[in-house]
Amino acid sequence: MSFYGWLWRILPGPTPAKVIGALILLVAVIAALFTWVFPAIAPLMPFNETTVE
Amino acid sequence: MRVLRQLLGLLGELLITAGAFLLLFVGWQLWWTDVVADADAGAVVTQLQTDPNAWVQPDQVKLGDAFAIVRIPRFGADFARPLYEGTTREVLQRGIGHYSGTQLPGEVGNFAMAGHRTTYGKAFNLIATLQPGDVVLVETKDTYFVYRVTGHEIVAPTHTSVLLPVPDQPEARATEARLTMTSCHPEFSARERYVAFATLDARYPRSQGVPASVLEVER
Repeated sequence: MSFYGWLWRILPGPTPAKVIGALILLVAVIAALFTWVFPAIAPLMPFNETTVE
Repeated sequence: MRVLRQLLGLLGELLITAGAFLLLFVGWQLWWTDVVADADAGAVVTQLQTDPNAWVQPDQVKLGDAFAIVRIPRFGADFARPLYEGTTREVLQRGIGHYSGTQLPGEVGNFAMAGHRTTYGKAFNLIATLQPGDVVLVETKDTYFVYRVTGHEIVAPTHTSVLLPVPDQPEARATEARLTMTSCHPEFSARERYVAFATLDARYPRSQGVPASVLEVER
């Protein structure tokens, strides 16, 4: 029972293809984090409390 | 035992993933927000410098629109940032914001602006290096306004009276054209505000430009 082990098994092709597939997935995840997830959670951080009402 | 070992393995994966997530967030916050904001600010300044139609009069600007270029020679010879109307989170993530309701550049009273000390392009990162006499040059559609720094103070975020027409004096009637700049303090914290004050020293028609001496910095 291992998420990354399971991911490695379902990636298609021989080992070099699996490595490329894993890298593509990694880049896609980081891009999604940078584009949507981090901008959404940043305002919740105490050090980003810029405004005073 | 086997089940326990498998569960521990899964927990380990989860913790490693969480660690990578946090490291990525730190990298995004400290590095990527600067990359994005710097590129955006550079593009806006370039557009203002090359396209006469990109300028709006300061008294007609709408929230979120750029209406001036701010240059502070102490921050670097090539330091030029757009000034946007408003100080919402979205505006400040793009650069320097003008506190809506405070005076406009050159007006008698207090022309106040805010900028990030760190992250999101950190326009006011070097605010604590400002010294009395340093120039803050504000370029608008028709006019260059030359402000000179007079001093600073460090206050609590709730201390909004620095934005009054005469800072910290609610009863006083303004007779001078002032500039107030606010940023977070200390760096990487929002606990206090670093506030720098300046007064208007000179103004020049934009068509005429400013004397080169204005942009020199005393080291």
